[in-house]
Amino acid sequence: MTSLAIANRDALTLVNSLPPRAVSHPAAPALAASAASAEHAARAATRQRRARAPEWVREITAYALGLVIFVLIWAVVASISGSIPGPAKVWVAAVNIFSDPFYQKGPNDQGIGWNVLSSLKRVGIGFGMAALVGIPLGFILGRFKFLSDMAAPIISLLRPVSPLAWLPIGLLLFKAANPAAIYVIFICSLWPMIINTAVGVQQVPQDYLNVARVLKLSEWKVFTTILFPAVLPFMITGIRLSIGVAWLVIVAAEMLTGGVGIGFWVWDEWNNLKVDHIIIAIITIGTVGWLLEQALVLLAKKFSYA
Amino acid sequence: MDNFLQIESVGMTFDTKKGEFVALTGINLAVRKGEFVSLIGHSGCGKSTLLNLVAGLLTPTDGGMILAGREIDGPGPDRGVVFQNHSLLPWLSCFENVYLAVERVFGAAEPKSMLRERTHAALKLVGLSHATDKKPQELSGGMKQRVGIARALAIEPKVLLLDEPFGALDALTRASLQDELIRIVAETGATVLMVTHDVDEAVLLSDRVVMMTNGPAATIGEILEVDLPRPRERLALAANARYIHLRTRVLEFLYQKQFKAAA
Repeated sequence: MTSLAIANRDALTLVNSLPPRAVSHPAAPALAASAASAEHAARAATRQRRARAPEWVREITAYALGLVIFVLIWAVVASISGSIPGPAKVWVAAVNIFSDPFYQKGPNDQGIGWNVLSSLKRVGIGFGMAALVGIPLGFILGRFKFLSDMAAPIISLLRPVSPLAWLPIGLLLFKAANPAAIYVIFICSLWPMIINTAVGVQQVPQDYLNVARVLKLSEWKVFTTILFPAVLPFMITGIRLSIGVAWLVIVAAEMLTGGVGIGFWVWDEWNNLKVDHIIIAIITIGTVGWLLEQALVLLAKKFSYA
Repeated sequence: MDNFLQIESVGMTFDTKKGEFVALTGINLAVRKGEFVSLIGHSGCGKSTLLNLVAGLLTPTDGGMILAGREIDGPGPDRGVVFQNHSLLPWLSCFENVYLAVERVFGAAEPKSMLRERTHAALKLVGLSHATDKKPQELSGGMKQRVGIARALAIEPKVLLLDEPFGALDALTRASLQDELIRIVAETGATVLMVTHDVDEAVLLSDRVVMMTNGPAATIGEILEVDLPRPRERLALAANARYIHLRTRVLEFLYQKQFKAAA
């Protein structure tokens, strides 16, 4: 039970990090409107709106300003340290790298595109297997309290372990680097999937289940028309957490296992002392992670019923 | 069919952390076919518990209940329940919400076209033909509750169970839905058991008002026959001496005999 409570907090933090529109209370505007000075407030709001630039212009300006300041600080740090390449040097190197992202010159020298794709492939396979195992397991644990209590100490014990600690076990089991890396991704994706699905099942409103009971719906019908749709938003939260963690972990795992992959590429460029390439890798990793997150936010919005 | 729904010395005791809690005791009530009976009482008097017992969502610890000659031993689609907070599935449209119930009850015996017809008829009955494909979140509170009523009626239940169906609605919407309910009950001849805490609603709609004593160990205090002729008209009744008398009887019960200080 404790582990599920922890997971619940994860789910909440995620809700908090959603765009405000997704969580704003529907009654809020109605309440504001009912205030005695509603008309007055409305007039004031119009005046304000007229005075200010549209919201998206201010947002874009803020984003751009933040990036400019970041690049400036980077340039200053680079000029002081001497060993870290500045933005201009990295830009030139990046143009060079991204002009041919898919070259292949042997197993240890491939374009950045191949490296990113093979990392994504590992994340995809590891995560996919975790979903196949974690989602059904989450449903079972959410439905049966005894099983959930049985699983709670195991999950509580294993969840805080760094996924990389599992890497030696993976190497031992599979005797190869690539399946071991996938196995690490599987392990780290598994917990959020199980826990969020189980919490989702436990939080299916009793009202919906009462409807099922009154109508005496079959177990299959209850699952397909009530449980699954009700749990889906929680499952998507689990997927978001899993993919986020998996993308963090794959870089570290590949540094240790080698082969082709963005993490290995970072380590390889470090051995070649090409620091500008390392910075390009960092920005690429960040961009891919951000795109994955955005894609899943879109998915979550599609399936929120509030 | 004098005792269509018979509740015989039903009692309900809950096991709580603080020990046993006797919610209901010695409830005896017989409802005739086509009768409209409401249960009224202060909050916490167990009126919703009694409704849930009839719905089969709870199992009584004492006594038993018989509906149309069969003992109630669990929930079933022979009783249509309208929940206080509509309980529509948000991922299904109005049509799909009602169709789910229709399909369950008539799906084995009738073709799909017939099921769809039943669903449309139920939505038409509650005046929502225009909102068939809308999702619950696109509807107002009153409209959602209408869909809930359509879902309960579409399965042609032997008895319609309403749990404070209009409790969450504003006064104007509540009044118009009460009028709708009067019309629907007249059209369908439904047997209705309704939980309410609204005195006017109870008197306006019911053939009998069952007044419950305060809990714990709540039971039926008095039963009031509402002998107002039908069809009833809200405005005409407002000045009707008999109506005012009956209404006062309920108020006296609630605020003198069963006075309860605000919690």
